[in-house]
Amino acid sequence: MNALADPLLSGGVTWAVLLIVLIKVVLAFAVVMIAVMLMVWFERKAISDMQSRIGPQRWGPFGILQTLADGIKLFFKEDIIPAEADRVVFKAAPYLVLIPALVTFSIIPVGGTVTIAGHTVQLQVANPPVGILVMLAMSGLSVYGVMLAGWSSGSKYPLLSSVRASAQMISYEAVLGMTIVTVAMASGSLTTRDIVDAQARGVWHWNLVHLGVVPFVIFLIAITAESNRPPFDVVEAESELVGGYNTEYSSIRFALFFLAEFMNTVTASAMIVTLFLGGPAGWAPHVAYLRWIFPILWFIGKTTALAFTYVWFRGALPRLRYDQVMELGWKRLIPLSLGWLLIVAGFMVKIAYGFAMAAAVIFAGTLLSRAFEIGAQRGPDAVLSPVGDRPVSEENIREYFDDEDDSETPRGEK
Amino acid sequence: MLALTTTWPDLLVFITAAALIVVGALGVISLTNPVHSALSLIITLFGVALSFLEQSADFLAAVEIIVYAGAIVVLILFVIMYLGVDRHPHDEVEPLVGQRVFAALGALVTVGGIITLMAKSHWVTGVMSASMNGTSLSSGQGEITQLGQSVFTTYLVAFEVTAALLIIAVLGAVQLARRDRESEVEQ
Repeated sequence: MNALADPLLSGGVTWAVLLIVLIKVVLAFAVVMIAVMLMVWFERKAISDMQSRIGPQRWGPFGILQTLADGIKLFFKEDIIPAEADRVVFKAAPYLVLIPALVTFSIIPVGGTVTIAGHTVQLQVANPPVGILVMLAMSGLSVYGVMLAGWSSGSKYPLLSSVRASAQMISYEAVLGMTIVTVAMASGSLTTRDIVDAQARGVWHWNLVHLGVVPFVIFLIAITAESNRPPFDVVEAESELVGGYNTEYSSIRFALFFLAEFMNTVTASAMIVTLFLGGPAGWAPHVAYLRWIFPILWFIGKTTALAFTYVWFRGALPRLRYDQVMELGWKRLIPLSLGWLLIVAGFMVKIAYGFAMAAAVIFAGTLLSRAFEIGAQRGPDAVLSPVGDRPVSEENIREYFDDEDDSETPRGEK
Repeated sequence: MLALTTTWPDLLVFITAAALIVVGALGVISLTNPVHSALSLIITLFGVALSFLEQSADFLAAVEIIVYAGAIVVLILFVIMYLGVDRHPHDEVEPLVGQRVFAALGALVTVGGIITLMAKSHWVTGVMSASMNGTSLSSGQGEITQLGQSVFTTYLVAFEVTAALLIIAVLGAVQLARRDRESEVEQ
């Protein structure tokens, strides 16, 4: 067990190593920015095709520079801060969304290893021992940006949106964590590099197949909900909440939110590729100077395929109602991911234990669904009703308003 | 203890972490807006996580961020937002007469106690740090394995009792919330 999982840093930190790390950071930043630019264009173009529209077409070939044009436009627009806003928090919130989105990308392995000036360099910005937990920590922190953006706007729709967002993101974080435990158990490590290496031996070793398809599906749904993407975008449901937590934002601050959202999409695709599709694993030719580039191409290809899946979700699925989102998270995905975790653990110890666990999970699942059924049958009075219920009962409200209308009898004499 | 074995990067990280912790903690008690105080608490938690990292407790650092910064302070903010922020705090009114004096005394006793404990024994509790067979936890991957092993063997009872305690708390909260609701329906 070496102290640091990164071979670059294990031989002591010299100026050359420091320079390599710096180059990696700058390069990763540039790659993410370009990827986000392309992602925005790709999403708009693909959605347009699905909806029989043309989409962006003016700037650059196939409108590929549209995002750049939009960025420049937003940059020169007037920056408005509402009078009711909490100024410090209002200004900080966009960065609180952007920075976690950026940091998450740093642990994703985009390729194998290359040798630069005698140093073995992993093609990822960092490979910390806690690995995948960095992603959980960052998704936990990105809640703040959304939550504080809504609160600090001093406006009610953004506040409603931010309360929804934080509840939703915290709920789905639990699902994400549970699925990641399954992956980490199969790989025997938390570092993203080890997780990818464990899947490198072929398609049958990819966690997608290796763990059964269920964790992959759960993770895909959960991370879509975690990044507030359609069909889970109740956070910015236009018909209910005007535009969500960033309603009051304009100019470059709005652009930062927009950037972070698409950055999250790119990172989420890359994270699924890392955890379930073997990351940069794939066929590579036996030519020495071509060998390093093929993993990168595989990684880009897989990530693009998943990014398309997200766009497809947006084009194909209607938005869920808020209570449906929460029910899916707490009543379906969390029990399912827990159960699957137990089954996988059982199979890892002994096949017989695996089947025993599966039987136990099926039994518990039946009990649980029966409990949900009974709970649903008790009617709206016994179960906390989902939406639109007043905290004060109808009678009390009526009494209050009747009093106000009835100006002849003062309230005290009743 | 500190100065003998540290190198200058270690010292730099320690100073940064300590500064974050102290500045954050001062912010929590001195800022008038409760939301700002909660945000200040996050700075403190980051400082704590940084000092964990510096002592090669990577897993603890990650958990510190995930659980405390990622969930608990979010819940604190939730409560503050639901209750509404009081923009004009009544600082001059003391609900308990002389509470400031007592608070200062309490702080003094706590800090004094901690310093005395630290001076006299190995750590705050006076017990050696959690480890297998007296050896310190190694960093990196081994750390998580060793932590898992000690939690599920040596400290199993404490671990399970904590889990039970948390479940009881959740059940209690559900019961309280539900009873309120039912009595309201019956009215």
